[in-house]
Amino acid sequence: MIPAPFRYQRAATVSEALDLAAEGGEDATFLAGGHSLLPLMKLRLALPEVVIDIGRIAGLSYIRVQNGGISIGALTRHHDLEHSGLLARELPLLAAAAGRVGDPQVRHRGTIGGSLAHADPASDLPAVLLALDATLVAIGPRGSREIAAADFFTGTFETALEPGELLTGIRVPRPASPGWSFQKFTKRAIDWAIVGVAVQGGSVALVNMGEIPLRAAATERALAGGASPREAAALAAEGTRPVADINASRDYRQHLARVLTARALAEARSGHPRRKS
Amino acid sequence: MRVEVTINGQPVAADVEDRMLLVHYVRDVAGLRATNVGCDTTSCGACTLLLDGESVKSCTLLAAQADGREVTTVEGLAGPDGELHPVQQRFHEEHALQCGFCTPGMVLALVSLLRENPRPTEAQIRSGLEGNLCRCTGYHNIVRAALAAAEVAR
Repeated sequence: MIPAPFRYQRAATVSEALDLAAEGGEDATFLAGGHSLLPLMKLRLALPEVVIDIGRIAGLSYIRVQNGGISIGALTRHHDLEHSGLLARELPLLAAAAGRVGDPQVRHRGTIGGSLAHADPASDLPAVLLALDATLVAIGPRGSREIAAADFFTGTFETALEPGELLTGIRVPRPASPGWSFQKFTKRAIDWAIVGVAVQGGSVALVNMGEIPLRAAATERALAGGASPREAAALAAEGTRPVADINASRDYRQHLARVLTARALAEARSGHPRRKS
Repeated sequence: MRVEVTINGQPVAADVEDRMLLVHYVRDVAGLRATNVGCDTTSCGACTLLLDGESVKSCTLLAAQADGREVTTVEGLAGPDGELHPVQQRFHEEHALQCGFCTPGMVLALVSLLRENPRPTEAQIRSGLEGNLCRCTGYHNIVRAALAAAEVAR
């Protein structure tokens, strides 16, 4: 499968990327690692006329402590998140979830910014960053702005980014409570999550339980009110309307959300066995 | 556009369509046919090659993304005198292939894995090969070969 014809342009800097995007208008799209965009282009579900390769912009790949939280560059690859000593200490939830995206080859190319901007409801990191109360930083023709993860995802493959706006970084506050877990149910190891659950302290976020990553609000309220993890997990699917597809019916996804949330809350509470990989 | 890639140590340059995928550049422009196209959807890993030493799926990269970079295919693994790379040698000894279609990708995924983690456990090898499918289901001997190659690398 070969993508439809397009014009390839390479940006060396953020400002060059913004200029090219302004020139290209609505028919232009940014390409980072390409592991969300290129598969869609090969299926001709995405038909950009201009592809702006931002993958070589220097200075957008980093993980560092900044202003009391953790700052991550948009071009940081899943592989780098997975193997970061800083993240293993500060945000083990994100490191562990990044290590379960796709497979090693995908993690060598895919980036955190690409995953977020692509906004596939089945992708892992959007829900993880929602559970972590992250803030996303974007820059556009009118300057830079911050968008809360809770406001960033607006629909399937849709975000609050304006045309021509580029996601440059992610800021994550240090978690108030250390317990965490990431649970993901797939048919094959490399598949997208049929359902996933990210837990950090009392925050619970769901992968693929709707058009956007969702907080399991009823579960969070129950936990805050002193319910047991088992009681709280039973509420994980409340208010959700997950898609029914070839992998799972709506009922089955809701069942998975409850089961995986129970496992996640138990693991977050009991601590982790040593990581297997 | 002009795309220049160093493939197995040799410079290759060509004017290609902007939309050309790296796997087609390697197979059709450079004429190196060991890298297979399997699923063509980033799943099976048959098209795995090394980009700047790291395993990637070349059906999901544009040739333009590899411009100016180094690619290694399975043709480039053996030494100049034809001596097999330890991973290739152990695949031979452990009979780690049946039909052979997945083999180039398997070998390169393992070369990349062993560079990152020279002392993998069996579990780490199995999860490190998540991105490579063997439809003959010959995984046990592949893992045996990987463990043997890791012994050599030590």
